[in-house]
Amino acid sequence: MADQVENAAPADRMEDAAPILQLDHVSKRFGGLLAVDDVSFNVAKGEVFALIGPNGAGKTTLFNCITGIFSPTEGRVVFEGRDVAGRKPHDVAELGIARTFQNIRLFGYMSALDNVRVGQHVRMRAKLWDALFKTPKERREELRVTERARELLDFVGIGRHGDDYARNLAYGQQRRLEIARALATEPRLLLLDEPAAGFTPQEKVELMQLVEKILGQGITVFLIEHDMKVVMGASRRIAVLDHGEKIAEGTPDEIRNNRKVIEAYLGKSA
Amino acid sequence: MIRLRNVTRDRNQLVYLILIVGVLLFPVLAGFVSPGDSGNYLLGQAADAGVYVLLAIGLNVVVGFAGLLDLGYAAFFAIGAYTYALLASGQLNSSPLHHAVHLPFWILLFVAVIVAATAGVILGAPTLRLRGDYLAIVTLGFGEIVPKLFLNLSQWTSGVNGVSALDYPSLPIWIEGPWVGSSLSIVRGFSFAFNSMAYYWLMAILVLIVVILVSNLQRSRLGRAWGAVREDELAADAMGINTVTTKLLAFSIGAATSGFAGVFYGSKLSLVSPENFSFVVSVTILVMVVLGGMGNIPGVIVGALAIYYVLFNVLTNLPANAKGIANAVGLGFLNRPAPGGWPGLEQEVQRLNFLIFGLILISIMLLRPQGLLPSRVRKEELEKGVAE
Repeated sequence: MADQVENAAPADRMEDAAPILQLDHVSKRFGGLLAVDDVSFNVAKGEVFALIGPNGAGKTTLFNCITGIFSPTEGRVVFEGRDVAGRKPHDVAELGIARTFQNIRLFGYMSALDNVRVGQHVRMRAKLWDALFKTPKERREELRVTERARELLDFVGIGRHGDDYARNLAYGQQRRLEIARALATEPRLLLLDEPAAGFTPQEKVELMQLVEKILGQGITVFLIEHDMKVVMGASRRIAVLDHGEKIAEGTPDEIRNNRKVIEAYLGKSA
Repeated sequence: MIRLRNVTRDRNQLVYLILIVGVLLFPVLAGFVSPGDSGNYLLGQAADAGVYVLLAIGLNVVVGFAGLLDLGYAAFFAIGAYTYALLASGQLNSSPLHHAVHLPFWILLFVAVIVAATAGVILGAPTLRLRGDYLAIVTLGFGEIVPKLFLNLSQWTSGVNGVSALDYPSLPIWIEGPWVGSSLSIVRGFSFAFNSMAYYWLMAILVLIVVILVSNLQRSRLGRAWGAVREDELAADAMGINTVTTKLLAFSIGAATSGFAGVFYGSKLSLVSPENFSFVVSVTILVMVVLGGMGNIPGVIVGALAIYYVLFNVLTNLPANAKGIANAVGLGFLNRPAPGGWPGLEQEVQRLNFLIFGLILISIMLLRPQGLLPSRVRKEELEKGVAE
């Protein structure tokens, strides 16, 4: 994590608004359904960017287009100057985009520690040969990875539960574990899909603190969220999707007073 | 939770300890039980059981670790065995090649591993995008095709007659002693032919090597990747795991293990024929894995030994034993054929052999649904249910 801060720092100084992620006229069509319709926006390096919108607006589909789970029908997804649209999810993860899932997708029958160690897989160098014969190199790497996994569990606040099965953790802990697992891939951009869903107000405050801590590590955060308090409190810029189209983009204050956004959420009569 | 984990680990260590002691003492025991042939028959059977242990450990990588249901595993076993058969016998002399190949056993162990692993990749590459049941059906097909191939390529494999008179392994130096009924001496140019003791130790060493290597894999980056793919393939992919190569590695490592087993099997029997690799073999190995405790190596070993013992010892001796018991307790009349279709107890038990086997399997699964020695995962799954 330390070297990431160093990596990120010069970029921050150079130009705060340098985009880490650019969506360029991205569309995703499922048969006759246009789930994402010609959406463009930039996520700047070092910010918290939020994507909001009513249910079914295409937010998660857009996340899936960014992380390679879907390939966009049209448009480009540019991450750090490289077009990642159409790449495989594991390639995207290796390039430095990590994500969590709306409906938590942990490896239930693996320990919390192993979940995080799986996250580090992509940064590990041990080859089949090393694993077969437990070479000193592999042993050292395993020790390092385990230590790092414990750090990450502490970082998200579930350090005591390393040996528990992921599926036996409390709901809030599972959400935290997913974030730890994503951080383990050493991302420069972290996508959080409704991280506060089902949280108590207290947990939401803690989550916002965690997001700030992650930001402090030099990682850009891009989140989908329904809870306006979290969105307005945590993010610096917001884009709003409705029926797959981007209807607004701006600071929390701008979004709060945007007529189209109010209509989308409350209906036209309001 | 932590306690549960330690219990599983301690129990596994205990099982390993018991197995090692058992392997070391078995030759003595066998000699004691049947002094007539200094335990040769029993030792040979133990070595044959080892073949199944190897196969079960290999299939466990595919089914237990990576969660890929493979119903055609015997195909890789066949490929390993035929690799040995063709490259260590006079067979190729009568093939279109007109030149016999006699490579040493020790080299062919590695050759067969590579050939079988390659076959694993070749089968895996087009099929691993399939999931669950579909994969099972495709592997089932592969398991049927391979023996048929060996059956029909008769100018190479002699078809239904199989390849016979395979070379026996040999060693430049071997030690003989009182344990085979001779005085302590060093033998030069030693051949394994009909020497059950030698095969027994060879198998013990092979199993030891495979257990160490596979355990290492289980506790490595790759082992965790297998777990991740088993648990949630999409999430594994999103976390940076190349799921295709991960699954291919499971397939090819499983296949490689059965390559080992195939070479040993061919060299010991000195005969390889297509019917040795039927669907029943695949299913038997799968039963060993599931029944022993999927995902847990010591469990799978115990499962393989238990099923082997039931199949090739208990069941084969059952008719004769039943007859003996009936005579001993004064029910000798049962042994005589009677009008009304009663063929005599021995015959009747013979006929019911597989019914009895089925009943044994069902009872074990009812009494211990998680397997004899379950992995921690399987145990929880069955106790708490899979509530996704």
